[in-house]
Formats: sequence, structure tokens, C-alpha cells
Amino acid sequence: MIDIKVESTPLSEQACMDYVADDAAGGTTIFIGTVRNQTKGKRVQRLEFEAYIPMAEKEMRKIAEAVEEKWNALKIAIHHRVGILQVGEIPVIIAVSTPHRKAAFEACEYAIDTLKETVPIWKKEIFEDGEEWVSAHP
Amino acid sequence: MTVRLVAFGIAKEILNSSTLHFSLDGDTRIGTLKSALVAAYPAFDKLRSLRFAVNEDYQEDDYEIQPSDEVVIIPPVSGG
Repeated sequence: MIDIKVESTPLSEQACMDYVADDAAGGTTIFIGTVRNQTKGKRVQRLEFEAYIPMAEKEMRKIAEAVEEKWNALKIAIHHRVGILQVGEIPVIIAVSTPHRKAAFEACEYAIDTLKETVPIWKKEIFEDGEEWVSAHP
Repeated sequence: MTVRLVAFGIAKEILNSSTLHFSLDGDTRIGTLKSALVAAYPAFDKLRSLRFAVNEDYQEDDYEIQPSDEVVIIPPVSGG
């Protein structure tokens, strides 16, 4: 079972944990991404996230389906936030429940790594003296 | 053919707009669009990658753009 969300309101760890709860699960992993206060020594004031939402949801679903197939995940939730986020806030949560623990770790790592490569979401870092789209340039 | 383009992230800033009607003569493959777009807006050449999507799916260079297609410019993604 798959729960995909792209939202402009704060994400809930509890909602993701509740969604993936399953009596057949031997383990659950949850990855919570948070906005860091600096990049390469420069103080980050805030991040601005933008998404091509229908395609982002579609690509997130592809990741979840791959996780179901490859790691026999019982349930997976992938939630991503858009809009303006302050330091410490949560842009992404991925929760996966699987029958055995090893698969839960691997599946969660695969999901966040792939999300960063394929899902059409962009973030801009706002510094005191400028701003930059993350990873845009080599 | 006039191609309807939609831009996000840094692509929107390069075009200075979130949409653009872009003329392509003859060949309407994504690869041709990419070359023409880079020629018209050299800032695209400085990006780490430049991909395109049609109907919410990534399409490669050999995809032939149809008149009804809306082509979305996908600059390097940075979610998470």
C-alpha cells in the first residue's frame, strides 16, 4: 500500500508512522529530512521548494512501487512539502514497513536517493547575501 | 511548429517566465528543441543537466513532440 503526498502545510511523522503500521511488519524505518542551517559554511536563512506536482506525485509513486516489488514492503509513505521552509523544518518524510528489518533500511535509503534524482522538485537556498538553486550547476 | 513550454525552478528564471511559445522549424524531436533552446538561452548550457517531460513523463532526445503536447523543462532536480 502506498501513500504519496505533496503538500504546502507541515508534514506529520506520526501520520506516516500510522499509515505504515502493519501487524505483519518486523521493522519500520522512517527518514526525516530537515532543513540544515548552513551550506559550505554559508548560513542558510530559509529554503523555497517548488514542484511540478502531478509529475512529482507520479515519480514518487514509481519509487514506492519499486520498493514494494524489490523489498516486499508492506506499506510505504512518501510525503514532500513545498513552499517556504525555515531551518529545522521538515521537507520530506519516507516511512517503510517490511517483514524483516534489513529490507526496511535498504528500501528507505533507495527511496530517498532515487527521489533526489528523479522527482521534479526544486529547492532554492536563501542566504543573507544571495540565493541559489541547489545542484543546478556542476 | 510552435511548442508550448512550461518551466520550473531555475529554468523559469532563465526564461524569465513560467511559460513560453517556442518555434521549431521542421524536426520536432526533443533533442532538436534542446539544441535550439540552448542556442536561444545560453544559460541552459551551464546547468548540470537539462531534461524534458511530456504528459508527466520524462522523454528522451528522440521523442517527437506533437502539436497537442505541453513540454515541461526539467532543470536539475533537488528535492528532499
